[in-house]
Amino acid sequence: MRAPDYPIVSVRNLSKHYPLRSWWGGKASVFRAVEDVSFDIRAGETLGLVGESGSGKSTIGRAVTMLNPPTAGTVAFEGTDLAKLSPRAMRGMRARIQTVFQDPYAALNPRMSVGDYVSEAFKLHRPEMGRAERRAAVAGLFERVGLEPRFAGRFPHQFSGGQRQRICIARAIALKPSFIVADEPIAALDVSIQAQVVNLLQDLQAELGLSYLFISHDLRMVRYLCHRVAVLWRGRIVELAESDALYDDPRHPYTQRLLGAVPVPDPAAERARLAAEQARPASPIAEGGDLVEVAPGHWVVTRS
Amino acid sequence: MSGMDRDAAALLPPPSVAGGRAVTLPREPGMLGAFWRRLRARRSAVVGLAIVVGLVLMAAFAGWIAPYDPTATDWGAVRAAPSLAHPFGGDEVGRDVLARIVYGARASLGAGLVSVALAVSLGLPLGLVAGYAGGWVDGAIMRLTDALLAIPFLILAIALAAFLGPSLTNAMVAIGLSATSTFVRLTRAQVQAVAAEEFVEAARSVGNPPWRIALVHILPNIVPAILVQATLTIAAAIIAEASLSFLGLGQQPPEPSWGAMLNVAKNFLDQAPWMAIWPGLSIFLAVLGFNLLGDGLRDALDPRART
Repeated sequence: MRAPDYPIVSVRNLSKHYPLRSWWGGKASVFRAVEDVSFDIRAGETLGLVGESGSGKSTIGRAVTMLNPPTAGTVAFEGTDLAKLSPRAMRGMRARIQTVFQDPYAALNPRMSVGDYVSEAFKLHRPEMGRAERRAAVAGLFERVGLEPRFAGRFPHQFSGGQRQRICIARAIALKPSFIVADEPIAALDVSIQAQVVNLLQDLQAELGLSYLFISHDLRMVRYLCHRVAVLWRGRIVELAESDALYDDPRHPYTQRLLGAVPVPDPAAERARLAAEQARPASPIAEGGDLVEVAPGHWVVTRS
Repeated sequence: MSGMDRDAAALLPPPSVAGGRAVTLPREPGMLGAFWRRLRARRSAVVGLAIVVGLVLMAAFAGWIAPYDPTATDWGAVRAAPSLAHPFGGDEVGRDVLARIVYGARASLGAGLVSVALAVSLGLPLGLVAGYAGGWVDGAIMRLTDALLAIPFLILAIALAAFLGPSLTNAMVAIGLSATSTFVRLTRAQVQAVAAEEFVEAARSVGNPPWRIALVHILPNIVPAILVQATLTIAAAIIAEASLSFLGLGQQPPEPSWGAMLNVAKNFLDQAPWMAIWPGLSIFLAVLGFNLLGDGLRDALDPRART
């Protein structure tokens, strides 16, 4: 599945700062959750976003979708700068950009039937659709994501975590968007269910030509699913490359350490890995520097 | 994990046979049925519901239940002890106490329901706006509410009723206005709690405008808390109406109200204690009924609670 080369999403110099204000006239400062992040996502491509907790992964996801608009920078979606859209225009744009959230237990309205939840996408963006038409469309979506349509009248608490995530995915694809931000969509699920949901996401990508921004801390899943991967560290991208290039030849010390922290499913090898890690204590990683293309499509932050 | 591949797709449940045909989606017994089951499982809630329904029926069909006109005087029954002719006895001008209790339910329940309806219809929108809009709107509404909350409920009701003039309608308005601030506060707190949930962000992400998020996504999730508070406030409003009537600010003579009956009865406690006992017992029963029902609702309306 090779992705074509034009970007559907183009993020430039995106920053998100939170003011830290001293409450009695102290000097105001800011917390830089995300600083000067740029990347493109091509049509039909999955870009992985990895990094430790607090590195700004979710902040980027929510800034790109304008759920939590960025402090600075541009997010061009199909040539339109989302940051400059009026709230009303942005609401219309949401038909083309969808989000799948991390916790399918929290992302569903407990007092709305799951059929109504999925149907809401049509109510908002396809006012011309009649009631029967919406029901049929919801039934079709339920089947597409592997749920029985007769469950549409049920409420979220009657479903398992995997089923709920399918419901969320059904709503996300209802309007045939071109771009989906998947913010840790499998982190709250059992391992066996994770595989099903990831495969569903892949099938939908092939079918609908979707682009994904796949946010995850599960490095192996990211390699399996993503065409390219961006490594985030302290709110900045430190390395961005094709998946295989990044995993086989990590250049930035943080990437190396991140990949080195993945446990090996072999007790002997794992013990050796942990022993080696303890033998050589981690040296501090220097901050700063610019992204430099060290190999075709392989960008690494390098101190100038 | 690296061996994981498309075979996992075989784990997907097979698509049902409905295929391309139009599929009808039956409505399953959803939240209402489960709620009713949970309410019935609680004896105190059922008792409360029975008391409330009984009192409401009594007030609605007062004309058929009461043995006498509640304002008709009978010189032979002045301060008469309970007897077959007057089961609850007679009052200071010979009116039948049972008839006055039955008709008095109208004033008490009416005051409870109308004043709380007023409080909710004012407090809920204000709280919704304050909680969801935030900013200076929130600040303005909440400072006003705080100012009202600083005055004790009954004192405020008495002051408002005195200002509006003594009548049952004015007493209802006074009680309703005094209870409004509670609902503003409660609604605002509930809205803020629900608005922080991820499904509200999910609602934004699919393109819901703010008014639709507030009404379709947040409101249904705070209704249970409001309903419970409303039921409990009805009990407080019944007491408030009785207090206002006791002070002469509510129901005006000769029309009956439990509070007004107590007001007169206090002068005859040693000669005709039944004049005080029956209205007192009625107030007690009504307040108990609404409180039990409110507690039962609180438990039964939690969607995560199991039966």
